[in-house]
Amino acid sequence: MSTETAPSLLHSLGIQRRVLHALLMREIITRFGRENLGVLWLVAEPMLFTLGVATLWTAAGLHHGSPIPIVAFAVTGYSSVLMWRNSANRSGGAIAQNKQLLFHRNVRVLDVLLTRIALEIGGATGSFIVLSFLFTFVGWMPLPEDLLKVLCGWRMLAWFGASLALVIGAGTAYSEIVERLWHPAAYLLFPLSGAAFMVDWMPANAQKVLLLLPMVHGVEMLREGYFGSVVPTHYDVGYMASCCLVLSFVGLYFVRQASRRVEF
Amino acid sequence: MLAIEHVSKVYATRHGRREVLSDVSFRLGRGENLGILGRNGAGKSTLIRLISGAELPTSGRILRGMRVSWPLAFGGAFQTHLTGLDNLKFVCRVYGVDYKPLVPFVEEFTELGIYFREPVLHYSHGMLTRLAFALSMAIEFDCFLIDEAMVVGDVRFHERCHIELFHKRKDRAFILVTHDANVIKLYCKNACVMHEGRLLSFPTVEAAYDFYQGKMSTHAEPVES
Repeated sequence: MSTETAPSLLHSLGIQRRVLHALLMREIITRFGRENLGVLWLVAEPMLFTLGVATLWTAAGLHHGSPIPIVAFAVTGYSSVLMWRNSANRSGGAIAQNKQLLFHRNVRVLDVLLTRIALEIGGATGSFIVLSFLFTFVGWMPLPEDLLKVLCGWRMLAWFGASLALVIGAGTAYSEIVERLWHPAAYLLFPLSGAAFMVDWMPANAQKVLLLLPMVHGVEMLREGYFGSVVPTHYDVGYMASCCLVLSFVGLYFVRQASRRVEF
Repeated sequence: MLAIEHVSKVYATRHGRREVLSDVSFRLGRGENLGILGRNGAGKSTLIRLISGAELPTSGRILRGMRVSWPLAFGGAFQTHLTGLDNLKFVCRVYGVDYKPLVPFVEEFTELGIYFREPVLHYSHGMLTRLAFALSMAIEFDCFLIDEAMVVGDVRFHERCHIELFHKRKDRAFILVTHDANVIKLYCKNACVMHEGRLLSFPTVEAAYDFYQGKMSTHAEPVES
């Protein structure tokens, strides 16, 4: 609650934590209800997607005789797509759907977006962990060679997804065109995102273009961590971090502008 | 202390910019109250939304030195798939209050019975209003925002609201907006009139009342939407 003196940072962080917790609980019940699996759908839904894609890719023999097992290739690839795509998908319209909550003084536009981002990242992460354990257990996936690198790649993808979601979510409040353009863009970016190929398989010219896309770096890093030197990888964490940093600032600026534009 | 300083609000319409509030300023100390009279479309509800923080002013600023409520009995933030209890929990989490000690009060006031644990989806309008009002009372505020048009119910409900608000919490500040001059006379120590986006102050409630009644009778204009 605001007082005449500026509240301390610690106090503000406490409020932030409370509000996000409240919004998360509310969103979970709203989205998944209490019937059947309930909150487990948060993880089950992306798992079903990933399983379906893994099945299709196995049937299509998509891995070009690569030494990576196809199931492991599909799980690492499609889980990465979920990471950068789903938050942005869910953030469009989030402000309009939740603006009534802004009547509670401490709930701000940024909180509404952060809630959706946290849920999507949590769901995709849960799905990735469960599937990895499952397939490692039955022997279709190897254990990660370098867990730290896997985590690093995963966190970079999460950062990219979150900053993209801020831009799309706040941008939609500005103009619906943003959301209309985002959906075809996401669809077209999927085949280019590095989920279904390794950069090394591509001709040198194509590699240069593909590596302009930040998420390609994340997927490559994730796979290097998972499969080690079996596959040559191409990525630049510095480049990806720079892109994420710029996107984050643009996103936060848009969020501030969108907060001023909320109308009833 | 709540201070509204030179607050203006402009909305973009298809016919250009429309100033709904222009240069509104006032202060409200702890325990004080203010009635704001205005016809439909005068900008009362916009002012309430700005003070609650749901919308931000186009220019000017609002300083809140005390805990200001959300508009009393506002139920728009109810999520239909949540139960009454879920909504209580949500509000308590947002404001950092333990919900458990509040359950008896909310259950007793709302008279929802088993419906307190059913989705809000199945509530009647009256049940929704009672729940919304009870939640407003469950959280401690120093200043209540009351949009009279929102607190609609039967006589019994009004009596109970009256007791909760003006007897049990008579030490609190409040801002009451309404188009009904008699309500202001009944409850408020100070009154203003909102007219065409401006807030006009008067030395006494009587003066505001007379001015407003005069405006109402001399200006037989069609009601703005």
